[in-house]
Amino acid sequence: MNKVLMLLFVAGLAIIPLVSGDFYINLATQILIAAVFALSLNLLVGYGGLTSLGHVAFLGLSAYICAWTSTKLGVAPLVAIGLSLVITTIMSALFGLIALRATGLGFLMITLAISQVLWGLAYRWASVTNGDNGISGLTRPSLFGLSLDSASSFYWLTLIISIFAFILMAAFAMSAFGSSLQGTRDQARRMRALGYNVWLIRWITFIYSGFWAAVAGLLYVYYNKYIHPSALSVTASAEALLAVIAGGAGTLGGPIVGAALLVFLKNYASSFVERWNMLLGFIFVLIVLLMPDGIVPGVQRLIRRMRGAQS
Amino acid sequence: MTISRRHLIQGAAGFASMAGLSAGVSTRALAQSAEPMRLGLLTVKTGPLASGGIDMERALTMFLKERNNELAGRKVELIVADTAGVPATARTKTQELVEKNKVHALVGPLAAFEALAIDDYLREVKIPTLSVAAAEDMTQRKPNPWFVRGTSSSAQCAHPMGEYCAKELGYKRMITIGDDIAFGQEMSAGFQRTFEDNGGKIVQKLFPPLTAPDYGTYVAQLKNDVDAIFLAFAGSNGFRFVRQLNEYGLLSKVKVVGGMTALDEAVLRNMGDEALGIITTCWYSADLNTPMNTKFATAFRDQFKYDPGFYAAGTYVEGQVLEAAMTATKGNVEDKEALMKALRAVKMETVRGPVRFDEFGNVVGDIYIRKVARKDGRLVNQVIKTYKDVSQFWTYDQKAFLAAPVYSRESPAAKFLEN
Repeated sequence: MNKVLMLLFVAGLAIIPLVSGDFYINLATQILIAAVFALSLNLLVGYGGLTSLGHVAFLGLSAYICAWTSTKLGVAPLVAIGLSLVITTIMSALFGLIALRATGLGFLMITLAISQVLWGLAYRWASVTNGDNGISGLTRPSLFGLSLDSASSFYWLTLIISIFAFILMAAFAMSAFGSSLQGTRDQARRMRALGYNVWLIRWITFIYSGFWAAVAGLLYVYYNKYIHPSALSVTASAEALLAVIAGGAGTLGGPIVGAALLVFLKNYASSFVERWNMLLGFIFVLIVLLMPDGIVPGVQRLIRRMRGAQS
Repeated sequence: MTISRRHLIQGAAGFASMAGLSAGVSTRALAQSAEPMRLGLLTVKTGPLASGGIDMERALTMFLKERNNELAGRKVELIVADTAGVPATARTKTQELVEKNKVHALVGPLAAFEALAIDDYLREVKIPTLSVAAAEDMTQRKPNPWFVRGTSSSAQCAHPMGEYCAKELGYKRMITIGDDIAFGQEMSAGFQRTFEDNGGKIVQKLFPPLTAPDYGTYVAQLKNDVDAIFLAFAGSNGFRFVRQLNEYGLLSKVKVVGGMTALDEAVLRNMGDEALGIITTCWYSADLNTPMNTKFATAFRDQFKYDPGFYAAGTYVEGQVLEAAMTATKGNVEDKEALMKALRAVKMETVRGPVRFDEFGNVVGDIYIRKVARKDGRLVNQVIKTYKDVSQFWTYDQKAFLAAPVYSRESPAAKFLEN
């Protein structure tokens, strides 16, 4: 039943470009990119219990590497993409070494610090990053001779990558390794006593999560064809974290719902509501009050309760 | 008053018949048959840049209202979008205006990085854009054929100021301090270049972050053996810095001069006597004594209780330029190539003075050196000298100018820094 629903959902997503205008296609693309990013963050926050306030570091790093190597060094898109993924993954391994010396608040502060260092570099290292002017002039590569310049073609590519990302991250979370990760979240000491290497489990998760953030970064930079230091700001990290928490941390659907809500409010509702920041805050307060564990778990509970009332 | 997506076509029907009586038959036919021209405004209404963004909206709304929402015999529907000052959002909002609202032309965006973020998109969809964003390269090394700027590039006003400081004020050693964004860096660089070319020395360059909560650490760093400090601040930062200098008791010991947004009219109303005598440079002053500007500034002041400054006047100028171009194309905005050509061919008198455009779509116009004075009980930027017909290249050779890297923290290199 669930599988049928999911297939229908994907099919529905796939036909969006056939039934709507460019603006909505672009909005959907942005939601998908935000969803991939939120999913990667969710591995840390939801499954690992490691609240990171610096996850955009990886999105920004891979976006900058791709933009810089393509526009300044003039390398082929495939090489740029490969370099971005490899370097960002290595960097996430290094950052993991530093950040995972702590958990809880300490971890949050270290990730925040690391992303701020990168943000500062993006601003100040003007000979590479162009500073506040950002890097522009990136063009989308063509795939097997198909141009990705149109909104719909880029949407479809993003959709395919998002589905892959979802499946691979879901598989990660639901595997035995995922279970042990949740074990380290709930009972780190007991896991250690059972002989698990808690630190290693967290580190591998950190790297895996960094890799998918890099993928989101590539989609982000090719979608915008422009990268500016603001992509690395604390606000961007906090927004992603909000999306995960609002949608439901530690669930597979939660980050997607949260990301969709956030992108929708930020880009669409703001056209109609002048004080859209307030609306955003109001909705998050409502979520916390009514469904403290997020929209997806909350709605699931509601459905269960309704079914229970019927029988 | 706030208008977000309210369509501004009130009273248009009644007015169209009235206009038809006085206007020629051809424009009358056009006004009645054609659908309204849709004009998008990209502005910032939330975040640190919001005060300027709201000024932009007020000025443009006022401009259209004065003309009963009709330009060149054609009704105008204004659609305002809030970019929040974030590049990625600016892009989405532009897409929304173009794809959903099908605008014929855009006014805005406000910030340089927003303009750069939508640069390639504007080329792709070919929408004439009238911006106040000052980014040098938008009209220099990477000129966008769909872009006109009726205000100035970042350094366009700083160039004459550098010369003025060296030649007329006789300053020898100066400090520049400005926001650590492209705008502040480019302005500082332009000032440094002409100041040093005229024999001056920049001995210290400081760039506090845009959102520095306190300038105490920067005030403490200032060298004391200099003639003056040049402020390259935007928004309310110039005001905050001057106030802090005053609190430290330094304002009486060192001279302060400023770039085009350092003591903008929008912040001048919050200042006291400490601001008197400070000299700044801009392509506009609310105190500019021309009939057109007096009328505009008075009307703006009556409505909003403060003088129009950089953003309000800039947007109003863009409105005037757009109207002139639409008059030239007889209200035809569907032919975007023709409209764009007409925009760049505009040569007219505006509230800021005479305006024309160079081959890159950047304005060539008068730059004013202004001094803060008290007039009718309020502070104004009184014009004390006018540089006529200043282009973004100042007196430099255009080719050599474009061959050099764009102004930044490091370029041109400061040779006289002392640490």
